[in-house]
Amino acid sequence: MSDKVTLTIDGQQVTVPAGTTVLQAARMAGIEIPTLCHDPELTSPGACRLCVVEIEGMRNLPASCVTTAGDGMVVRTNSPDVIEARKTIIELLLANHPEDCLTCERTGQCRLQEYAYHYGVKGDTFHGERKQFPIDDSNPFIVRDMNKCIRCGKCVRVCEEVQGRSIYSFAYRGFDTIPATAMDTPLAESECVFCGSCVSVCPTGALTEKMMHGVGRSWELEKVKTTCPYCGVGCNFDLNVKDGKVVGVTSNAEAEVNGRALCVKGRFGYNFIHHPDRLTKPLIKKNGEFQEATWEEAINLVAEKFKEIKQEHGPDALAVFTSARCTNEENYLANKFARAVLGTNNIDHCARL
Amino acid sequence: MENLMTACCSECTHSPSQPCPDYIKCRTEGPICHDSEACRQKRQQLMDKVQVSPDKPHRRVLVCAGTGCISSGSRDVYNRMEAAVKEAGIDDCEVSITGCHGFCEQGPIVIIEPEGIFYGGVGADDVEEIVEKQLKNGEPVERLLYTEPTSGEKDKYYRDIMFYKKQERMVLKNCGHINPEKIDEYIITGGYRGLVKALTEYKPEEVIEEVKTSGLRGRGGGGFPTGLKWQFTAQAEGDQKYVVCNADEGDPGAFMDRSILEGNPHSVIEGMIIAGYAVGANEGYVYVRAEYPLAIKRLEIAIAQAEQYGILGDNIFDSGFSFKLRIKAGAGAFVCGEETALLNSIQGERGMPRVRPPFPANKGLWGKPTLLNNVETYANVPIIMEHGGRWYASRGTEKSKGTKVFALTGKVNNTGLAEVPMGITLREIIFDIGGGIKEGKQFKAVQIGGPSGGCLPAEKLDLPIDYDSLIDAGAMMGSGGLVVMDETTCMVDLARFFLTFTQNESCGKCTPCREGTKRMLEILTRITEGEGKEGDIETLERLAKSVKNTALCGLGQTAPNPILSTLRYFRDEYKAHIEKKWCPAGVCSALTVYKIDPDKCKGCTKCAKVCPVSAIKGEPKEVHEIDPEVCTKCGTCMENCKFEAIYKG
Amino acid sequence: MACQCGQGQKQTDKDKKLQAVFARYRGQKGALIPVLQASQDIYGYLPREVMERIAKELRIPFSKVFGVATFYAQFHLKPRGENIIRVCLGTACHVRGGAKVFAKLKEELQIEDGETTEDLKFTLESVACIGACGLAPVMVINEDTHGRLTPEKVPEILDRYR
Repeated sequence: MSDKVTLTIDGQQVTVPAGTTVLQAARMAGIEIPTLCHDPELTSPGACRLCVVEIEGMRNLPASCVTTAGDGMVVRTNSPDVIEARKTIIELLLANHPEDCLTCERTGQCRLQEYAYHYGVKGDTFHGERKQFPIDDSNPFIVRDMNKCIRCGKCVRVCEEVQGRSIYSFAYRGFDTIPATAMDTPLAESECVFCGSCVSVCPTGALTEKMMHGVGRSWELEKVKTTCPYCGVGCNFDLNVKDGKVVGVTSNAEAEVNGRALCVKGRFGYNFIHHPDRLTKPLIKKNGEFQEATWEEAINLVAEKFKEIKQEHGPDALAVFTSARCTNEENYLANKFARAVLGTNNIDHCARL
Repeated sequence: MENLMTACCSECTHSPSQPCPDYIKCRTEGPICHDSEACRQKRQQLMDKVQVSPDKPHRRVLVCAGTGCISSGSRDVYNRMEAAVKEAGIDDCEVSITGCHGFCEQGPIVIIEPEGIFYGGVGADDVEEIVEKQLKNGEPVERLLYTEPTSGEKDKYYRDIMFYKKQERMVLKNCGHINPEKIDEYIITGGYRGLVKALTEYKPEEVIEEVKTSGLRGRGGGGFPTGLKWQFTAQAEGDQKYVVCNADEGDPGAFMDRSILEGNPHSVIEGMIIAGYAVGANEGYVYVRAEYPLAIKRLEIAIAQAEQYGILGDNIFDSGFSFKLRIKAGAGAFVCGEETALLNSIQGERGMPRVRPPFPANKGLWGKPTLLNNVETYANVPIIMEHGGRWYASRGTEKSKGTKVFALTGKVNNTGLAEVPMGITLREIIFDIGGGIKEGKQFKAVQIGGPSGGCLPAEKLDLPIDYDSLIDAGAMMGSGGLVVMDETTCMVDLARFFLTFTQNESCGKCTPCREGTKRMLEILTRITEGEGKEGDIETLERLAKSVKNTALCGLGQTAPNPILSTLRYFRDEYKAHIEKKWCPAGVCSALTVYKIDPDKCKGCTKCAKVCPVSAIKGEPKEVHEIDPEVCTKCGTCMENCKFEAIYKG
Repeated sequence: MACQCGQGQKQTDKDKKLQAVFARYRGQKGALIPVLQASQDIYGYLPREVMERIAKELRIPFSKVFGVATFYAQFHLKPRGENIIRVCLGTACHVRGGAKVFAKLKEELQIEDGETTEDLKFTLESVACIGACGLAPVMVINEDTHGRLTPEKVPEILDRYR
């Protein structure tokens, strides 16, 4: 069997490795197919059906994300039937979705909004029952508004497949189906560790970062890629900056070390940046009270004290303790400083934060 | 206790641990490995004990113990009968239970053999009379005999009843005839011969060839060629393969699989072992829906007996082939009748369908190649192996071979299970076997194939039915549900009913089915409530088409069928609901208008007097009229009119 | 755990039975649904604590146990009545007036579909089809099937279970 297949997508010949999905093949050829439940890093359930295409010789419209490209396949991604089907699916999703894009946190980044706009679907085709869920903001980090959920199940999959926690599962059935925690409790009462991976994959406003509510529109925020200051793993993420201030953290799929995965500290522990209690200048205690000092003064004072202790009690009276927040290079320097400058082997490190 | 398993003498070595390839033949025709008059006699004695022995007509009273008859009180009938026969000192008459006769409406059913007399609606209080008249004196109990709905004549014998006459019972042949809890009765009436033949005379691929020759197609829904499915599973690579039986019969109105499992469970077991041999699987599961406790019980008994006889287990009939069978009880989800959802359910997961391909034949249970067929399909296999694929293929139509069991329900005189050759017309089933429409009303339509199927109108009555003709007509074979409707059935209401069902049973995984069935149901409900508006039909059609085109599994794709088929054949009825705010069948109460037939009205003034809102006006001895604006549709006038002059329309 | 006053003995019996269920299914593939079924047979429904124990014993995430238990109609997460009434609303029963029988039951018991009466005597449920179409309309109370129903027959049948 050949390890390449050649198929025709919208009249364009595409050669891809065997086993490639029609969706991937189309994207390789620069043809965009809309998706909601598909995520390249997760398994594909083929559930939202938005990525349907027409393939000659196949009954109905198969979902391109779960259809393997075959040699000689003739695929149409924009035939009238396909467009009609996609419009219907968007209409159906909107019929069970609040119409509050004006104030929704996800506006501008919402996939449902984007596709509705692209396909010119207004949310007024069907008027019927809408599921009503209480909003879960029981915890400081994640707001779960299941009224905006489109049941793509990415939160369920990322939690199970990437984080290995399985906090969510699909629960109930049919029109009542919804991703839920065990016993449908608020997140705060579940065993969730608030890594926020579910928020990073949610295509709509169903899962949002609580602290980013109301701080700025997506298009107002400048994304600055940086390394997490917490532990030594070296995760990268985007600081979301508005008017020179950090107003949030979002993960960046391009991050080499961690991709979209972050821990609760990296994703949600940025409040210290602009915190009024944060130390920004050295302080020296004089007459029982801390007073502001220059870096030179402070460092000199510490050096003096080290010397004194070493002379009086010997170098092993000193010890150095470093932190996981330091980089390898910094830790190396601390080690060198302890052994070569202070003359002690008393050096240790806290791997935790 | 002695049974067919009992060895004739010490020379016989058969046991599950030391199997003998000639076991079945030996115990029914033998002994084979040695010749001894004493052993032959002993074998004959054992056979004579089995009451269905074809050589010796036994006096038997058979009390149906299918779910239908049990719920009509057949357990009491059986207990009373057993006691009464004993009391009467009739020694040569056995009282036995059987599985379902498929004529549950007549239950509890009692059959007297060897004459073959059929008694219906037997109560515990009728037992003494049956014993006294029938068993002692050979006189039939007239009042318990079946009356033909069309001719009004009484049938004395089972074989004379029109309901059975046009049937060709192959799969159901033994249902109602043998005791499903006794493997000996199955064996003595020809059971497990097909298995012996397959294991001793056929290579696995030859078994598959035989099934292909037979032309058998899946009896559970789509009608995929069974032999081809077997071939795909046999060819799939895998260290472990499974054979699974889909007994999650969920279509409302269909109960043939339940009847087979309750009435002749060994036929399914035999079919599955043959399938296992053919595809190279030595583990099997029967997935039975939770609502069928009796079927599960009978299957458990049957499996245990087959294991005891060495028919299930290691090295069956010394062929080197081993097969284990387990039962999995469903937990109440219609969608688990979809094959991939069923597999997920066996695995202990939510019964949500998987994307196909990969098909179960390549990646099924726990990712291993898996053969999935339904109960009726497996039950056909022993017949094919016994009589040969060619023989089987001589029955039915060009592309649909053999017979199909239909569950006939709704407004027909005879409701029940009818096994008929493929190619029979709807008219024959409904009017000959079904005895026509109840109360002499007009036939309007028949829904075929359950919620996934479609409605066919009167002009399709002469359609010879097979898989393909039904698809062309806008319905499908499905599992074989046939719901007959008369003039008093509203087709919009019927579509609404089926959509309620599919919407309730949608698994919720894919958007079109989860959200689409909900919206289609909402529109239908609105129409039946008189809130239909212009454009509703077009919206329904558009939505139905998209759901059909894009839903993930077969159930979602077929969910719009009741709408599409009723729109195809009864569009005017939809229009009447929407445009004229009128339900022609008089079913949708919001759209029903009470009217007075001027030809029948005598002007007695009764209706005007009883009308609680004074909506009826008219002078004495003159034709009265109902003011539809005032009428609250309470129906009091209709109940009180002595001349049947008031009607709904 | 729920209050155990006055039923300490019972609880241990149930516990022992649950242990036996775990022992029977330990190590079996696809054991979750049979274990849930057996547990519901013991407790009458699936209490939270029982589901949590099942999750631990079978090494399945608790959320998944909950997901499976809420998917299948057979499982109940709330206590149920002494008598379970299941009314068939399948096709044949529908055509022959099943809905009227159902309405009468609701009226008599003063509860809606899926609810349990305050005295825990009755739980009312509608089911799709129980396969007794020849007897339509049909309801099943516990193990007994009542067929060829009319709304008028309902009160008398209920009285037999009161």
